[in-house]
Amino acid sequence: MERPTTGSVIVGDTDLTRLSGRQLQQHRRRIGIIFQHFNLLSTATVRDNIAFPLKLAKTPRAEMKARVDELIGLVGLEGHGDKYPSQLSGGQKQRVGIARALANRPEVLLCDEATSALDPQTTDSILSLLLGINEKLGLTIMLITHEMHVIRTICDRVAVIDGGEIVEMGDVIDVFLHPRSNVAKEFVAQSSEASGESLSSLDSMRKGKLLRIRFKGESTFEPVLFEAVKETGASFSILQGTVSRMKHIPYGQLIVDVRGSGEDVERIVRRLHEEGLEAEVLA
Amino acid sequence: MTFENVRWDEIWTETGHTLHMLGLSLVFTIILGLILGIILFLTGRGQLLSQPVIYSVLSIIVNIFRSVPFIILMISIMPFTKWLTGTSIGVEGSIPPLVVAAAPFFARLVETSLREVDRGVIEAAQAMGASSWDIVRKVLIPEARTGLIAAVTITAVTLVSFTAMSGVIGGGGLGDLALRYGYQRFQPDVMFVTVVLLVVLVQVLQSVGDALVRKFSRK
Repeated sequence: MERPTTGSVIVGDTDLTRLSGRQLQQHRRRIGIIFQHFNLLSTATVRDNIAFPLKLAKTPRAEMKARVDELIGLVGLEGHGDKYPSQLSGGQKQRVGIARALANRPEVLLCDEATSALDPQTTDSILSLLLGINEKLGLTIMLITHEMHVIRTICDRVAVIDGGEIVEMGDVIDVFLHPRSNVAKEFVAQSSEASGESLSSLDSMRKGKLLRIRFKGESTFEPVLFEAVKETGASFSILQGTVSRMKHIPYGQLIVDVRGSGEDVERIVRRLHEEGLEAEVLA
Repeated sequence: MTFENVRWDEIWTETGHTLHMLGLSLVFTIILGLILGIILFLTGRGQLLSQPVIYSVLSIIVNIFRSVPFIILMISIMPFTKWLTGTSIGVEGSIPPLVVAAAPFFARLVETSLREVDRGVIEAAQAMGASSWDIVRKVLIPEARTGLIAAVTITAVTLVSFTAMSGVIGGGGLGDLALRYGYQRFQPDVMFVTVVLLVVLVQVLQSVGDALVRKFSRK
């Protein structure tokens, strides 16, 4: 839609930035886009909205009808085919948007803040629909969002963009657990803020050493910390903790106050490292 | 009031002439004005085919035609009218000035209605690989249809008043009748009947327009 000032946009093997206007127009049909504000035709029914890209691609009528029926089933809008967008809820409108974006069997689905205008519950239902499509159709989904929850729920990889530049890119779990750039750190901090006291206030509460432990995958559910501490004479209390899930990978972070000798704490840290966890003494 | 001077057969004939002028000029106005309005919209700054120079030129031309009072416009383009239709009087001779006056007016209303269309929807259509022509036909016109119907209604009502004025140059119709009998011969009953008929005509046009807007609205 916009020509980049620098860099290139490569989808599959095609460099979109080097296409002519006409070629680009054709190529856009291979990329499905869903929008924050849905951008449906208000004067067309659900069926006609979904059929719109098919009409542009001059799909034969019978094939079009079959494809629209299939898509309505896929996004769970059975029985709403003849309604107009104004008669639908936000979540339903976005489902129409998704069906429309998928109509021409695109190679990539681009979601531009697709859930930002929806309430949390609807967001989750749209996200699980997207995840289902991703798995069922093997379709690459590229999602633009500021909601960390969205990334944690369905993304595999994430790129953090600040001031028009990619400042960080990697697997979601790595970026969330080890944010390197300042923006990423801020975002991650925001998303775990629910459990929220700052480090400095935790510091004032401690009676022993403050230890931060991060774990992911299977170890999340193992009594690793307890075992590690048991081996020493130390005791501990949990000051702050989150256990959550990124897509399918469970992960957690604990801040514990370990009461024991310096040697004990060192042993605990070593033991945790052996178990494949990350542990660092904060104070 | 008695209606001794009213010759009903003549009234109905002239009502027919008014409707004839109105219908024909409305059809041509819609065709020309829609094309002009779409071009104005598309070439506007920041729009699909942004062409500031073309836009400015068209815009000035439209403004010129809209700023000349109809009665003067009608007289000043008489040579053009005569060249086009072979006559500058009667029903036929009144169509060109009516269209020339109403089309730029309608074009502006079309431009405004098209601007009301949600930019996001246009963007979505572009993203789906729609050409500009696809967007005009399948997005802009359907999405702006209630605005366009309202624009046609307003233009039709304006044309009714223009047709009455064309009576001055012997354009025929109810306006002509009112002028000849009501004004020149001072027959107030004829004047009264023609005014009532014009009012009824405008009311009918407005009601039909409003009903169509309601029917096609999907908001």
